[in-house]
Amino acid sequence: MKYVMGQYPVISKSNLAKDIYDLTVLCPEAAETAVPGQFINIKAEGFMLRRPVSIAGIDRENGTLRIIFEVRGKGTKEIARLNSGDMIDIIAPLGGRGFDTQSYETAVIIGGGIGTPPMLPVAEKFGKNAAVICGFRNASAVILQDDFNKTGAETILCTDDGSAGRKGFVTDALDDVLKLKKPDIIYACGPKPMLEKTAETASQNGIPCQVSLEERMGCGVGACLVCACKSIRDGQEIYAHVCKDGPVFNSGEVLFDD
Amino acid sequence: MTDNTSKLSVNFAGVEFKNPVIPASGAFGYGREYENFYPLSVLGGISVKGTTGQRRNGNKPPRIAETSGGMLNSVGLQNPGIDYFIENELPYLKTKGTVIIANIAGSTAGEYREVAEKLDKTDIDMIEVNISCPNVKAGGAAFGISCEGAAEITKICRAATKKPLMVKLSPNVTNIADIARAAEAEGADAVSLINTLLGMKIDIKTRRPILKNNVGGLSGPAVFPVAVRMVWQVSNAVKIPVCGMGGISCWEDAAEMMMAGAKIIQVGAALFSNPMAPVEIIKGLENYAGDNNLNNLQEIVGSVKVWEQ
Ligand SMILES: Cc1cc2nc3c(=O)[nH]c(=O)nc-3n(C[C@H](O)[C@H](O)[C@H](O)COP(=O)(O)OP(=O)(O)OC[C@H]3O[C@@H](n4cnc5c(N)ncnc54)[C@H](O)[C@@H]3O)c2cc1C
Ligand SMILES: Cc1cc2nc3c(=O)[nH]c(=O)nc-3n(C[C@H](O)[C@H](O)[C@H](O)COP(=O)(O)O)c2cc1C
Ligand code: FES
Repeated sequence: MKYVMGQYPVISKSNLAKDIYDLTVLCPEAAETAVPGQFINIKAEGFMLRRPVSIAGIDRENGTLRIIFEVRGKGTKEIARLNSGDMIDIIAPLGGRGFDTQSYETAVIIGGGIGTPPMLPVAEKFGKNAAVICGFRNASAVILQDDFNKTGAETILCTDDGSAGRKGFVTDALDDVLKLKKPDIIYACGPKPMLEKTAETASQNGIPCQVSLEERMGCGVGACLVCACKSIRDGQEIYAHVCKDGPVFNSGEVLFDD
Repeated sequence: MTDNTSKLSVNFAGVEFKNPVIPASGAFGYGREYENFYPLSVLGGISVKGTTGQRRNGNKPPRIAETSGGMLNSVGLQNPGIDYFIENELPYLKTKGTVIIANIAGSTAGEYREVAEKLDKTDIDMIEVNISCPNVKAGGAAFGISCEGAAEITKICRAATKKPLMVKLSPNVTNIADIARAAEAEGADAVSLINTLLGMKIDIKTRRPILKNNVGGLSGPAVFPVAVRMVWQVSNAVKIPVCGMGGISCWEDAAEMMMAGAKIIQVGAALFSNPMAPVEIIKGLENYAGDNNLNNLQEIVGSVKVWEQ
């Protein structure tokens, strides 16, 4: 894991939905090595702890990284004040393990809510060999559907209330997709219950599954041991660390009960 | 430009440090992750993650909560155990050209003894005895909150090793100077302070504590004035040297802590927002020593002239 720290220019900003912002940051050093599933750690002016946000786009040619985040509390509110031309203080790219997109040919890619953006670079890798299932609360929370369509993947949109796409959870759509065809791998990012259900479905169908986890972080690089997630390694229950051992884990390693 | 690097050197409890700036235990792991930012050899030393007799899993997550000007942690001494440390981390650390300080803890006096005995047979430079971790159920802080407990653990570790011994004090006590004296009396070569202050953070939406452990240790800029006061009190109470920490995030804080009586200092939580903090502090102190025509930065240690009462 090799990362840089510094102030880098924001070169574009847009507002995708209520409280959801899309920033492009010029950081060639990080764009060079970043892989789907990794994240960056952003300094919010006036706050002690950096805010981790997933990488939603990697453009090596232009040396840029794209991030998409939702304003949740005071720190993300502060970061949302940054505009095109401002400098953003980041450590990037972080995460010892991203999505393994090399070893598989076909995939089902699942994103729930603000867990959708990190799935975009994964979808780009697979193009038409993937089915993408995105789930949101309602029509006004839907983001990135054009971007996913552009990848060539088959895209399925779900909303909890049926106000856009099909009504219901992404895991219901997953069941339907698997009835037709089994992919080599399932990738997922989103709320924990969604990941747990996805992992269960994957294991019932004997399909490998990688999930991206979230945990509150301190250092973001693997030194402070605060970002613990319970997992199984060599038959032993241990606390792995999301920033260094993840944020992407094989679903079989994760103990969701904690 | 004159080179002021040598003005920062200090002999602390018999150990030569090239400068007084040390990443604090628990915030810096075993240093590997920070080598990405700078060579570890620029540091005065490294206080490594607290190590116990056996491997420990630590507490349930979330283990961190942000607070105004600080943070709470409830890691609970997750570590791979002393044997793993000696075999897999220490040899690597010893090649880094800086002072390596082992930070040790235990649930029982016997566990402290075992760990200290094992380290005595290694080439570790110094041992920091943590009697002040607020995040573990047994031992840890329980020893650090009474003079008897502090004396007992210091005595046992002293008997177990000839290595320079630094006892790390808890701020969660009525009179920290008394505890420092107890450690000094049992043969501690130095004391370090402060460990974290016990705190709590509640999510008002869910009415639940953010930390699964409910409570955790407060550190970061919020605790700095408390740490300065305690370092000042302790350095006036004991003859052994003092290592000061708690909320230091810039060279000005480091200078202030030294004026309060600390010969060397540690930097913890500041690393999370700024991994470069120790390096920037070293640079700042070098400039300060040069600008003020000091022969050695140690001239400012304990130099605060308090008002007469
Ligand atoms: C690996 C990883 C990738 C992420 N990717 C994205 C992303 O692409 N887009 C996005 O919108 N959000 C993402 N998040 C969540 C994002 O980090 C939080 O929403 C954000 O930190 C909240 O900060 P705040 O100041 O607004 O909230 P506050 O509640 O004020 O934050 C207080 C503290 O809690 C931490 N915190 C609060 N919620 C979370 C959370 N869900 N996860 C981790 N830390 C939290 C904050 O970092 C801060 O230290 C990701 C989290 C992780 C761990
Ligand atoms: C995440 C975290 C883990 C810590 N772990 C240890 C530890 O294992 N042993 C120890 O003696 N102190 C530990 N500490 C306490 C620090 O070494 C230091 O005493 C305290 O944080 C105050 O300094 P600061 O404000 O600069 O962080 C830890 C602190 C943090 C933030
Ligand atoms: S945030 Fe420090 S180890 Fe993961």
